[in-house]
Amino acid sequence: MSQYRVPGRGRVDLSRPVDFTFDGRSYRGAQGDSVASALLANGVHLMGRSFKYHRPRGAIAAGSEEPNALIGTSRGAGRFEPNTRATMQEIWQGLETTSQNKFPSLKWDVGAVNDAAYMLFSAGFYYKTFMWPKSFWNKVYEPFIRAAAGLGTAPTEADPDQYASRYLHCDLLIVGAGPAGLAAARAAMAEGLRIVIVDENAEPGGSLLSEPQARIDGLPAWDWLDDELAALKAAGVRIMTRTTAIGYYHYNMLALCERVTDHLPSLPADTPRERMWRVRARQVVLAQGALEKPLVFHGNDRPGVMLAGAAQTYLNRYGVKVGNAPVVVTSHDSAWYAGFDLQEAGARVQAIVDTRPHVRDDLMDQARALGIPVRLSHTVTATSGRLRVSGVRVNPVSGAAVGAGQQITCDALLMSGGWTPSLHLFSHTQGKLAWDDDLTTFLPHETREACVIAGAGRGLWGIEAALTDGAARGREVAAALGHPGNPAAVSVENDRPGSGVSQKELPTDRNPGRAKAFVDYQNDVTAKDLRLAVREGMRSIEHVKRYTTNGMATDQGKMSNINGLNIAADALGRPAPQVGLTTFRPPYTPTTFGAFAGYQRGAHFEVTRKTPIDPWAEAHGAVFEPVGQWRRARYFPQPGEDMDTAVRRECRQTRESVGIFDASTLGKIEVVGPDAVTFMERMYTNPWAKLGVGRCRYGLLLGDDGYIRDDGVIGRMAEGRFHVTTTTGGAARVMNMMEDYLQTEWPDLDVWLTSTTEQWSTIALNGPNAAKLLAPLVEGVELTEDAFPHMACIECTVAGMPARLFRVSFTGEIGFEVNVPAPLGRKLWEILWDAGQQYGIVAYGTEAMHVLRAEKGYIIVGQDTDGTVTPYDAGMGWAVGKKKPDFVGKRGLARPDLAAKGRKQLVGLLTEDRSKLEEGAQIVFDPNQPIPMKMVGHVTSSYHSDAAGRPIALALVEGGHDRMGEVVHIPMPDRTIAAKITGTVFVDPENTRLKI
Amino acid sequence: MLLIHCPYCDETLPEAEFTYAGEAHVIRPPDPSALSDDDWQGFLFIRSNTRGPHYERWRHFHGCGRFFNAVRDTVSDRFLTTYPAGQPRPALETLTAASEDRK
Ligand SMILES: [Zn+2]
Repeated sequence: MSQYRVPGRGRVDLSRPVDFTFDGRSYRGAQGDSVASALLANGVHLMGRSFKYHRPRGAIAAGSEEPNALIGTSRGAGRFEPNTRATMQEIWQGLETTSQNKFPSLKWDVGAVNDAAYMLFSAGFYYKTFMWPKSFWNKVYEPFIRAAAGLGTAPTEADPDQYASRYLHCDLLIVGAGPAGLAAARAAMAEGLRIVIVDENAEPGGSLLSEPQARIDGLPAWDWLDDELAALKAAGVRIMTRTTAIGYYHYNMLALCERVTDHLPSLPADTPRERMWRVRARQVVLAQGALEKPLVFHGNDRPGVMLAGAAQTYLNRYGVKVGNAPVVVTSHDSAWYAGFDLQEAGARVQAIVDTRPHVRDDLMDQARALGIPVRLSHTVTATSGRLRVSGVRVNPVSGAAVGAGQQITCDALLMSGGWTPSLHLFSHTQGKLAWDDDLTTFLPHETREACVIAGAGRGLWGIEAALTDGAARGREVAAALGHPGNPAAVSVENDRPGSGVSQKELPTDRNPGRAKAFVDYQNDVTAKDLRLAVREGMRSIEHVKRYTTNGMATDQGKMSNINGLNIAADALGRPAPQVGLTTFRPPYTPTTFGAFAGYQRGAHFEVTRKTPIDPWAEAHGAVFEPVGQWRRARYFPQPGEDMDTAVRRECRQTRESVGIFDASTLGKIEVVGPDAVTFMERMYTNPWAKLGVGRCRYGLLLGDDGYIRDDGVIGRMAEGRFHVTTTTGGAARVMNMMEDYLQTEWPDLDVWLTSTTEQWSTIALNGPNAAKLLAPLVEGVELTEDAFPHMACIECTVAGMPARLFRVSFTGEIGFEVNVPAPLGRKLWEILWDAGQQYGIVAYGTEAMHVLRAEKGYIIVGQDTDGTVTPYDAGMGWAVGKKKPDFVGKRGLARPDLAAKGRKQLVGLLTEDRSKLEEGAQIVFDPNQPIPMKMVGHVTSSYHSDAAGRPIALALVEGGHDRMGEVVHIPMPDRTIAAKITGTVFVDPENTRLKI
Repeated sequence: MLLIHCPYCDETLPEAEFTYAGEAHVIRPPDPSALSDDDWQGFLFIRSNTRGPHYERWRHFHGCGRFFNAVRDTVSDRFLTTYPAGQPRPALETLTAASEDRK
C-alpha cells in the first residue's frame, strides 16, 4: 500500500484493487477511487499542463469544478474522450488515461517557454500581439494560434457508442443529494408525489461523504445517510447518481446528463453510454451547495497546492493523504478542519496560516492540542518547487505593511478563500442575484421559475443549517404542490459551522506586477491581467472577462468568477455589486456531443423520404442525391459510365424517343371548395377564373414583397377543385403560406387545403414517343392533339389504375405526368418500363431533368432565383395577371425598387470559347477594371448540352434583358471567360416538338 | 422549452409543436394598390420590435394547424396569454395581473 493511503479512512474498497494507466505507466487504486484520488494515493500530483503557459499543474479540487486535471480517457477504437476531469472519472480495471497540453512529455515540456515569455501573453494579448503586420497573419500568427489553441486532442474516429434521450415528468426535482437536498425530499415526500433527486457524483451524500465525524440524530453521518436513503427509496423517491443537471430552461424544464457506462470496466450490451433526460418538474429545489475559492498569490498553481476542502474530501471520502507535511493557508474557518483531519490521519501539518488577525478560540485550542503551529495575520507571497510544491513563503501583515518572509518546507499547500454558492442553474433561469456584504458574494434572489434554493447554495454553512433549511424548503415546495409536508427536527453533533473573510489577491512584499497569482487556472489568467485590463480602459465586467478570458474556460469560472470580480472591483474602485457578475450559461459542465445528439445521428440524423418508386431506382443502380429531405435518383449509370456520360445518354434518348422520370417528390396541394377559384386568384399571379375544367396552367407564387417564392403546374380538376403542384423543396412552405392567408387574412373564404404530396405517385413521360407509349394504356381520353392538347388534365384510368393525367412538359418534348395513388406507383412504373422497351425507353434522373429544362429556359426556383427575383426579372411577365385587382405580390411588384431599371435579369450565356461555366461564378462587364471589380451578376445554371451543341448557361445580369448580344466576362482563378448574352431558350424556341 | 397554450385545442403543449409567425395584428390592407409606397412599406417591413409584452402570432403546426395570437413578454420570455386569430388585442393591464396569478 502506498504511503499516502490511510487505512480506515474513506469509502473506497481497499480489498478490491484496480489497475489503470496514466501516460503509459501503471498505477494501482481501489474500487471507488477517481483517477485523481488514485494518482494522489500514489503520490502523483502532476496531472497536466496549463493551456497558455504550459505550467505544470495538479488537481486543485475533488469535484466537477476542477480546472487543471483534465485528462484523455480511452477504451479502444473510437472511444477516446479528451478533457475528462480526473476528479470525476472513476477508475476501472484497464482504464487508460493520458495527460494533456504537453510535448514531448508531461515532466519536460517545450511549450513551457511560453511561461518564461509570459509578459507577451498578458491580458488582451490576442488583440495586441496579432494585429500587425498584416502579412504575418497567414504565415505566423494563425499557425501559432492554431497550434496553441484547444484543450486536449479531438478524437479521430467515429464514436461507436449509443446515446439515449428520455423525457421525465415529476412533481419535484431536487438537484443535489447532499444534506439540504435529502432533507428537502424527506420533508416534501407524500403519497402520490413524484420526487426525483439527481446528483453528479457516483454516490449520494454530498458534503456528508467528506464529514464522517458528524453525528446526526445520534447516528454517525454515514449510518444516518444509509438510513435516510433507504427511507427515501422506500417512499418511492427516485435517486439518480452520475447525473448532472446541465441546464435549467423555461417553465421548469431541466436537462440532465446521466453517465451510464463510463465507470464500468466492460460495456454491457444494448446500453447507451449516456442518457440525456429532459425533465419537466412542477417544482424544483436547487441544493447544489457551494464551491470553495482559491486564494490568489504568487505560485498558487504549483502541483500540490489545492483547495483545503478538496484535501478533506480526498482524506475522508477516498482515504488519501494529499501530503505528509502540508501547510494550510486560509481566510475561512473551514480549512482549519482539513488541517485537523490530516493531522489526525498521521500527516504533520507544518502550519495553519490565516490572513485574519482573530480566529475562534475553539479552533485555536484544537490546533494547540494537536500540536499544529498557527500564524495569524499572515500572507503567502510565494511557493517553491518545480513539479511539486516544496515550500511556501509566508509574511506577517500589519495594517498595510507586509513583514519579512519566512520559508516553510511542505509537500502540499491547502488553501481556502471561502465559499461561493453554486449559482449556475439559478442563473440559467435569468434569476436575479443579490449581493451579500457579510459573505462578500452574490446570493440567489428572485426567479420567475417555480424554484427554491436550499442550504449552502444560499450562503448557509454547516450540516445542521443545511438539514434545517432543506427541510424548510421541502415543506415550502410541498405546500406549493398542495401537500402539508413533513415535520423535521434534527440534531447534529460535531458539526463544523464557520465563517471567513473574502480576499482579493493576497498582499505581498514583492513587486505585484511580477506575480504569477492565478485567478482562472484553466485559461491562465492572473490578478495582474485583470488589473491591466482595468488600466487599459475596460470598465464593464463583461469587457474585463473577454479581454482577459477570465471565466471563459470550460469550467465557466466556477472558481474564478468571484475572485475575478473582487479584484476587478478593487481596481475600478467600485463596490463589487456595482461591477456585477457575468452570466452563466448551460451546460453546467462540459457535455458530450453524443449526449446532445442522442438518437439523431447517422441515418437517424434526419428523415430520409423515399418515393414508392425509389426501390426500383436502387435496384437499377441509380446514384442518389438529397433534395430537401427526399432522396432522388440523380442518374442511372450503365457499366463504365461516369455522370457526364450517363446524363448525356439519358438526355439524348429522351429527346430521341422517350424518357421516364419519377416526379413523385413534387409538392401537391388539393385546393377545394366553393371559393377555391377566388383563393387561387388571390394567391397566384396568374388568372384562374377563366381556366376551364380539364385545363392546367403554369402558376407563379410571389410573396407580398413581389419576389418569386414558388412555381408549379396547377390543374383545374373540377369547378371548385384545383390540383396544385409545388417545387419539391417548397411544398411545406407553400402549404404554410396558403394556410396563413386563408386562416388569417381571408377567413371568409370557403376553402379547404390538403397536402397530397405523399398520396400520389407521379411519373413523367417525355419524348417524341411518349404519347405512343402511353395511349394504349389510357382509358377515358384519346391522346390526340384535339382530344387532349398540351396543358390539358383529366381524371381517367391508366393501366387500369385510377389516375390524374396531365399533359405538361418540363423538357420541351411531348410530355405527360401520370398521378396514381401512391401504392400503385411502382406497379405503373414497371408497366410503363416494360411497354417502353420497344421504344428504347430510358429512365432519367434529376441531373438530366435539369439539363433538359435548362435547354428550354425553364427556371428552377431557388437555383435561378434567390428570393430577390421578380417575375419580370425572370422574363415571366406573361405569367402575371395584370388585370386582376389584387394577388399576393401585386402591390409589391409596384414598389419603386422593383420597377426600377437595371435590375438583375435572367438571361442565357454562351461562352465564346465553348467552355462550361461554373455555377455561382461572378460576372463583370469590364475585365480590365481594377480589383475589386464591380460584380454585375452571377451564373445560376450551367450544363453541357448536346441538343444545343455546346455548353449553355443561365445567369442573372444587371439590365440583362437590354443587353442581348453583348459580351460579359467571368473572371476565374486561372483566366477570364468571355460569354455572350442570349435569350434563355436554347432548343426549339418555336415549341414545335410539343405537338403530337 | 416554452410551454404554449393553444386556444383552439385548449391544451398547454411544448414549444416543439409550434412555429412562430411574426408580429400579430398586422392586417393586410383590403386594397393594397390604393396604398402609398410609404404605407405599403410600413405594412410590409416595419415591425414594433417591442421590449416587454409583444403581440405575436404562432401556429400549432404539429397539432391542429391553426394560427393564433399570443402576448409574450420579450424580456422574461413568459406568455401572458394566447387567443384565437381575429380577436381584438387584450388590454395589457388585465394580462399582467393574470400572469402574476400563475405564479
Ligand atoms: Zn391546437
